[in-house]
Amino acid sequence: MTSNRKTSTWRQAPEFRLAIIAVVVFAFMGMLSPERFLSEQNLTSMAFQFPEFAILALAITLVMMTGGIDLSVVGIANLSAVVAALILTEFAGPDLPMQASLLWFGFALVASLLIGAVAGVLNGALVAFLGLPPILATLGAGLVFTGLAIALTGGSAVMGFPEVVAVIGNTQVLGLPTPLIIFILLAMALHLLMTRTAFGIRISMFGTNPLAALYAAVDVKGMLLKVYMLSGLFASVAGMVIMSRANSAKADYGSSYLLLSVLIAVLGGVNPYGGYGRVIGVVFAVLSMQFLSSGLNMLQVSNFARELIWGALLLFVMTTNTTFWNTFRLPLARHKK
Amino acid sequence: MNGFFSPAGFFTRNETLVALVILGFSCIATVSDPNFLSITTVSDILRASIVLGILAVAAMLVLISGGIDVSFTAVAVSAMYMTTTFTLAYWPEMPWPLIFLLSICIGGLLGAINGIFIAWLKLPTLIVTLGTLSVFRGFLLTFVGSQRISALPPDMRGFSRLMVARGTTEGGSFYALPLAFVALIFVILLTWFLLNYTVLGRSIYALGGSVESARRIGINVLRIQFFIYVYVGMLAGLAGIIHGSMSRMADPFSLVGHELSVIAAVVLGGARLVGGYGTLTGTLLGVALIVLVQNSLIVVGIPSTWQSVAIGLLILIGTGVPAWQAKKAAAEAA
Repeated sequence: MTSNRKTSTWRQAPEFRLAIIAVVVFAFMGMLSPERFLSEQNLTSMAFQFPEFAILALAITLVMMTGGIDLSVVGIANLSAVVAALILTEFAGPDLPMQASLLWFGFALVASLLIGAVAGVLNGALVAFLGLPPILATLGAGLVFTGLAIALTGGSAVMGFPEVVAVIGNTQVLGLPTPLIIFILLAMALHLLMTRTAFGIRISMFGTNPLAALYAAVDVKGMLLKVYMLSGLFASVAGMVIMSRANSAKADYGSSYLLLSVLIAVLGGVNPYGGYGRVIGVVFAVLSMQFLSSGLNMLQVSNFARELIWGALLLFVMTTNTTFWNTFRLPLARHKK
Repeated sequence: MNGFFSPAGFFTRNETLVALVILGFSCIATVSDPNFLSITTVSDILRASIVLGILAVAAMLVLISGGIDVSFTAVAVSAMYMTTTFTLAYWPEMPWPLIFLLSICIGGLLGAINGIFIAWLKLPTLIVTLGTLSVFRGFLLTFVGSQRISALPPDMRGFSRLMVARGTTEGGSFYALPLAFVALIFVILLTWFLLNYTVLGRSIYALGGSVESARRIGINVLRIQFFIYVYVGMLAGLAGIIHGSMSRMADPFSLVGHELSVIAAVVLGGARLVGGYGTLTGTLLGVALIVLVQNSLIVVGIPSTWQSVAIGLLILIGTGVPAWQAKKAAAEAA
């Protein structure tokens, strides 16, 4: 994993630059409005806000490592949330006793994770067996997933859950918000998977050079299936967090999260051509984005200006990273075989 | 690539597949609703294809060159809205050809920004255009305005009333084909000429085939790429101002969000994401199919809530079948 890096010292790593950006943004916002930005209330609310799109960014990071992209994460998140919500409203109204609603909640969770995994396998099959370019496969499949969620609900929000559902999104454990704990666990799991397992090393190998991976007898199809399945699973976890926080599910929740999570992955130093990416970089990128957007919110900057700043930040980081990426650049037509 | 008239090539082409799907769709629609096959439906579909069609031609050009552009909707809406506010503020009586020219120029300028990042700094096209999509839109809504303007300059409203053909059928239903349709025809002819009869156009195909080979045969890659994004920006500016005039409202929130259905249309028509391949015929057929699905799904008995599912499946089947065939052919050849 670290073998394909030319940087000799850790200070030259893109992750180090990101850490500096995150700290600078935090310090800057803290100086501009210390009493509000640094208040406990703001810090807690930030910790509740970012995990949902951060988890989606983790999903995209994993797929990007193979040189692909998953444009269907938001569709999967919404579809699994809608299915879970329909199960909950159908069988477990708000009046059900605790035990019974807990049981149905568990069932809904399993169902939604299952849907995420199946949707991911479908993406993976399109990419691995049909040989579709990942952009197209996940774009088309994403439309199908979103469309199914619309068709299931008629386009309106599903609400009226038992109270247990709020546990995922709105409680704290040992002073830490539950969504944050879920994100930390997933980020650590992904980090270990990518750096400490043979599977992870095969992923970066395939991302660096698909042909070499094939000749090294890597089961490329099986690997791609698993990668997209994991991405789908992560997306459905994000869907559960969104559902729990919004206390409802809808086919078009979080549609701006797609751009945001691709942006975070790229900002985090993941090479969109595959082969290089570190979870810690993505974490720093998430933090920078959240500090920036909360800070701008306090300064009463409009949502539109925030969009402008996000885009500009992406272009800026990309431009400063150019020299770094050009070293590892592969021919664009990797799927032309 | 198989020749157009060789039977094997003809039946596996995306163009043929899409045309057959359109034909099948129309047959089923006519059976379930005899009124479907009328001049009113045709003129409705043609009218709905104007903006989508111009944008699709633009998106196709980028795909042929081996890139992907998702920012053109933001370019279109920015050019349209900036032109409208500028015209209203300084010269409300400006004749429509000048208004159009202004919008095309703004579009070209915004396209040049994409071009700088892509051609000169050599950044990946998807990431750059995702970034500029939010930058353009954020800039527009923050600094130019976020109000819908329905009091358009008089000449823009005048343009939307200019018709190529209009009339009433014997059944009493009204049909009309606006002058804007001529703009689509013009864009198609210009791009067709450019792609097939100029060195520039052939270089775009060469670039999509392989950037490195193109460079080695002496093509100035930087200049060609820059041209592509400026041209795409200009087409987007044109599409934007037509959209504004025809809907008789300058809405800064419109268009953005539809970029994926435009790309879907192009891809359905057989343009390949890896570049080097794409035809205008295919793109236009793809546009027709997407417009049909968006407007007439209900006629064949599918509720409109299933529209996204239908478009998604069309993309997967439309691109999956050729991809699978290509894979099979490659396996047989090996």
